Amino acid sequence: MNSRGILVGGLSFVGLGVMGFVLPQWTVFLLSLALARGLAALSVALLMRAGLVSFGQSLFFATGAYGAAFLIRLFGVREAVVLLVGAVVASMALAALAGLWIARYREIFFAMLSLAFTMILYGWLLKAYWITGGTDGMRIPPPTVLGVAWPIDRLRTVLYLVTLGCTGLALGLTHLFLEAPLGYAVRAVRDNEIRLEYLGSSVGQVVYWTYVLAAGLAGLGGVLMALNVGHVDPQLAYWTTAGEFVFITLLGGTESVLAPFLGAVLFEFFRTYALKYAPYTWQMALGGMMLLLVLFMPRGLWTLRHLRFRKAVS
Amino acid sequence: MLDTVVVIGTDGLIYAAWLFLIALGLSLIYGVLRVLNIAHGSFYALGAYGAASLIGLYGRQDLWLYGIYLMLPLAALAVGGTVGPLVERGVLRWMYAREPVYQLLATYALFLIFEDLVKLIWGVDPIYAYAPYTLLGEVSIGAITYPAYSLLLIGTAVVVGVLVGVFIRRSRTGRVVVAMIEDPEMSTALGVDVPRMSVLAFTLGTVLAALGGAMTAPMIAVMPGIGAEVIVLAFAVVVIGGLGSLEGAAIGALLIGLLRAATVHLIPVLELFVIYLVMALVLILRPRGLWGRLEIRRL
Repeated sequence: MNSRGILVGGLSFVGLGVMGFVLPQWTVFLLSLALARGLAALSVALLMRAGLVSFGQSLFFATGAYGAAFLIRLFGVREAVVLLVGAVVASMALAALAGLWIARYREIFFAMLSLAFTMILYGWLLKAYWITGGTDGMRIPPPTVLGVAWPIDRLRTVLYLVTLGCTGLALGLTHLFLEAPLGYAVRAVRDNEIRLEYLGSSVGQVVYWTYVLAAGLAGLGGVLMALNVGHVDPQLAYWTTAGEFVFITLLGGTESVLAPFLGAVLFEFFRTYALKYAPYTWQMALGGMMLLLVLFMPRGLWTLRHLRFRKAVS
Repeated sequence: MLDTVVVIGTDGLIYAAWLFLIALGLSLIYGVLRVLNIAHGSFYALGAYGAASLIGLYGRQDLWLYGIYLMLPLAALAVGGTVGPLVERGVLRWMYAREPVYQLLATYALFLIFEDLVKLIWGVDPIYAYAPYTLLGEVSIGAITYPAYSLLLIGTAVVVGVLVGVFIRRSRTGRVVVAMIEDPEMSTALGVDVPRMSVLAFTLGTVLAALGGAMTAPMIAVMPGIGAEVIVLAFAVVVIGGLGSLEGAAIGALLIGLLRAATVHLIPVLELFVIYLVMALVLILRPRGLWGRLEIRRL
């Protein structure tokens, strides 16, 4: 991202912050969800830069959400900051373990193994109902933010600002990662692994650390989702949830760290209206859109930016 | 003790037969087209729904009682014969030159579309089609009684496996299919009609998935979401056996079927993990599966 990109990002960040006070509550709520989902999509996008499609980022999304739920239930934690940190650490620890195995695989093997992993978690969440609450899931009581128990009418906005702040932080870190040598190596993995090995980098390590970082992003998205919705259930871990993240990523594109968020906002509003007006056909619309994107705009809506730019030059 | 062994053996075989029917189609499609078809789960669901409808339709007529079993393969052929060519010619053929990532995404998009198509056609309420299941009654093996329909399922899997095996080994078309699996470039160079063979292989795979669904329909409540479950299982079987191999699909299905039955009866806590445990072990020891071949990495 160049300086113009940073300017656009910063401005939209401030703009989104102001919107938290201006827009009606339900829109703020949807924006919060969009940001949380956007983080998970960013995590998919990060892996996609290395040429890997994960149909299992819901594993870490759910780990983040349930991690927070367990911290509340087992240790009585109420502070949002502790919940956020704990959930992200839990997700990354899980990825550090799973990554030892999964980082060895590519293409469909990577895709389907990540899918299998998330299905294991899903099965466990369903079966161990005495700990996880089974299909009912668990309630997340309103947290304190920075030690303050905000009144319920202010909490929505406060949580939105927390979500926005975390998203901004995660975006910045991801951007720094991609600009660092390791970030460039990620792109090289996609282009040609063997040449990267010849240049003296360890492809295995690059994929491993990308996987762990991506897990942290998805975990952060998960805990933010849990805090905003106030409830977690096993559906968070089902592979179709991960499929939604893949869709969002494809919709936005992977070229910029901001692109998945564009996809996430569009997806969230599309989903809300589609569920209202076409509950039985909205997946079909999603699938149709996805097919068109794959066929005609494989790099996502973000590419439209170039279209406009070219016109301005000529 | 002996009873437990018999129970595990038969339960495992029944589960393996079911897995084999679904996994074989997935493996075949991957072998010939090099596309991992997530929509395979949808073909399974379509087969189940098609069979449930035909069974209901047949049951209302005053016809030969056992003719109801003909509805199962009929549903599979009808679903596979129409959806297969449509999907291959309509969508997938544009994807062959693309990166595997996009192929995966395209079949996922198809999966989403079919998921809702099923709801539009058949509604969201469960459909029951028990007639073929109850009609055969039960058989006793030792002290244990089994629904005879389960044995029919095993029989079907064996017959289908043998038929596909004979088709692949003996017929000219089948040998061309094997050639495409082994070396796609060379077979193209030798004048294989790739589009024709692609449609053929894809349709055959679709029919097999639909047959798996059709055979399952009398045993379950047919409802939305059944397709999403099977795709992971089928993939595990195929990975264990080796992608694109008939024997591999059979061995993988047997291995998973028997191990799952054993854990269900002996250590129920592990039921969920055993499939993935086996898959993990096989992938670590033999990354291309038990029957897979090494592929040369290209620079």
